[in-house]
Amino acid sequence: MFDQLSDRLQATLSTVSSRGKLTEDGVDKAMREIRLALLEADVNFKVVKAFTTRVKERCLGADVMGSLNPGQQVVKIVNEELTELMGGAGRDLVFSNRGTTVIMMAGLQGSGKTTACAKLAKLLTKEGKRVAIAACDVYRPAAIQQLETVGKRAGAVVYQQGTDVDPVEIAGWALDKAKDENRDVLIIDTAGRLHIDTELMDELVRIRKVVKPHNVLLVVDAMTGQDAVGVAESFSDSAEFDGVIISKLDGDARGGAALSVKAVTGKPIIFASTGEKLEDFDRFHPDRMSSRILGMGDVLSLIEKAEEQVSEEDAEELQKKMAEETFTLEDFLKQMRQIRKMGPIGNLMGMMPGMGAMKGLKDVDIDDGELDRVEAIILSMTPYERAYPEIIKGSRRRRIAEGSGTKIQAVNNMVKQFGQMRTLMKQMANGKMPDPQQLARMQGGKAAKAPRPKIRRR
Amino acid sequence: MPTTWNDILDFGDRDVSFTPAEPAGDGDSPKKRGAFSRLRESLAKSRRALSEEITSSLFDRIDEETWERLEEALILADAGATTTAQVVERLEHEVDSGAVPPDGVAIKARLVEILAEIASTNRSKIDLSNDPAVLLMTGVNGTGKTTSIGKIAWHLKNEFGLSVLLGAADTYRAAAAEQLTTWAERAGADIIRSNEGADPGSVAFDAVSAAKARGVDVLIIDTAGRLHTQGNLMDELGKVRRVIEKQMPGAPHETLISIDATTGQNGLRQAKAFAEATDVDGVVLTKLDGTAKGGITLAIATELGIPVKLIGVGEKLEDLRPFDPTDFASALLDED
Repeated sequence: MFDQLSDRLQATLSTVSSRGKLTEDGVDKAMREIRLALLEADVNFKVVKAFTTRVKERCLGADVMGSLNPGQQVVKIVNEELTELMGGAGRDLVFSNRGTTVIMMAGLQGSGKTTACAKLAKLLTKEGKRVAIAACDVYRPAAIQQLETVGKRAGAVVYQQGTDVDPVEIAGWALDKAKDENRDVLIIDTAGRLHIDTELMDELVRIRKVVKPHNVLLVVDAMTGQDAVGVAESFSDSAEFDGVIISKLDGDARGGAALSVKAVTGKPIIFASTGEKLEDFDRFHPDRMSSRILGMGDVLSLIEKAEEQVSEEDAEELQKKMAEETFTLEDFLKQMRQIRKMGPIGNLMGMMPGMGAMKGLKDVDIDDGELDRVEAIILSMTPYERAYPEIIKGSRRRRIAEGSGTKIQAVNNMVKQFGQMRTLMKQMANGKMPDPQQLARMQGGKAAKAPRPKIRRR
Repeated sequence: MPTTWNDILDFGDRDVSFTPAEPAGDGDSPKKRGAFSRLRESLAKSRRALSEEITSSLFDRIDEETWERLEEALILADAGATTTAQVVERLEHEVDSGAVPPDGVAIKARLVEILAEIASTNRSKIDLSNDPAVLLMTGVNGTGKTTSIGKIAWHLKNEFGLSVLLGAADTYRAAAAEQLTTWAERAGADIIRSNEGADPGSVAFDAVSAAKARGVDVLIIDTAGRLHTQGNLMDELGKVRRVIEKQMPGAPHETLISIDATTGQNGLRQAKAFAEATDVDGVVLTKLDGTAKGGITLAIATELGIPVKLIGVGEKLEDLRPFDPTDFASALLDED
């Protein structure tokens, strides 16, 4: 869903990261690209401006750690700021301690309110709640029939009084009915309305005053453009919404509107609607979504974990050894143990930048038992053998295999692979980091390579 | 000269005359709504707001900031980074080369011209020259397909005296056929419908057969809203089109996609995917009565060559109107 945005950011950041130190010029270039990517993702112009300014300041002020390349540093900052922008920790619905919890829906025409009502009803029904929905859209032809059908499908009762009654009256009547029938939740479906339609916005205010909802949710189409901010501001004034449902997120819209709404109103996205079926509706997790935007796996956690485990001096020394090809099996053992302290290896692979792009790798099951065997093999070597693995031949091989409880073949393979790895490490340490975009292209991925339009503003 | 319905429809050799009509009373339109003038007002207001933003200081001095603010205005109108860059670059070049005098009024006029020119790409009429003429309406969920069909039917029936049949091939969304039935009643059109969950291809088949058998002038087929990324549903749309074509070679004569004016950059992808599935001839740009400008249609015109043909500026029957590139271009920036 947010994939294209991640592609863009990834492409941008891979060019910055290949260039050693972060310069102001480099940061500017990255910010221009990020700005463009966000604009194309429909993030509001003003939000973008504020965002890039903040990120730039932090990038220039940041200490570039020796163990991490500048690109990763930028990723980390962008990621943190994106998460911040999207809501930090998520907010959930507020339920009344006793009696009926009222949830009111609001939104523009066609944003998906009626469908969202049914989907929310289904979700709450599954959680064991008794749900009713009030049909207050008396304007759109057949809106009530639609609600009755999908409401029933969701396992909720639908309260309706036809189209000749004032929606405010219907809402009040439905609330009484819901209380009488001891419903846990009453969802109020309202008609879609334009945010500049003062008369209908006023109706929304009156409904809100009558039912005193515990939650007001604004339904926002994921495909909305720059206008999302104005819409959200108007609805914030009149409907006083507490949170957002983002709809149609199963399309390929980059969903920048969601970012903008959060940034401008401060109201979090609570639910995401992600498909045609009633079940395709989930609580929205901003923290998870942010790393999805970057599409670089959970880089943030990986970096944090690396920071915890590897001291700066260690990292520098390692870099040097890799460059000079003096990296020994002893170092390798130490590395491996540090990495394994960070968690199961399969999880770590998932967090690696670029690995997400290599489709094949996702299915490869990396076995921690394999690492146990490698460790055992190295531990069965003498210090001299660990420093100079080339000398491991015939009888040494047999001794190591017996000592580690493995086969000669396994020892052979391990030593051979270590040799290959050392060569590869030397290349990488000398600046030939295989960049994620390149990997993606090798995999036939969709690395964005369109000519970038020139936009002046930073 | 504002474009009228008569200007946007191509009847070929068919003998059709145009008599502008007023919708009968308020009873057939959404109820309890304020006067039409109120929407007009709000439309004007939002335009004025933007106009102030642009004109206030934009062209007082021509410098780097002028162009930046112009970019900002176009981006806020959802024109997209690519189109924006192209337009601004072109205008800047014309001013630098002396083709356009470095004068605020002249630059603005030229800008409207450029935008109108882009919006006029591949401009063509809605083809109603066949008997019966078959229109297919497509688009993403919630963009206003059914409502637009109802309004088109009303105009054809009441202003051109044509007999109209509606085909309810949205068999997916609950109560979609009921919604279309209500519109058929308002417009004075007939409707062919089936049960919810029926095969949309078979509804389209029945509709074309009925249109031929009953000798109606125009058949408009509604389809279910679908996200352009849903491969199976897009395939289904292709199938509906093929069913129509098989039943009546050359049909559908006009395929329209409805695009919500609030849509951002994703609108281009929508149009592209629908064009690939069904050969789209034109765009119905809906919900222009809000504050959204629908600038994404500029990108749709330049990159896909699909022109806007109709715009929706309100809830009422007469609020669906023929598209006028110059009006649209001015509205993107200012001036009414």
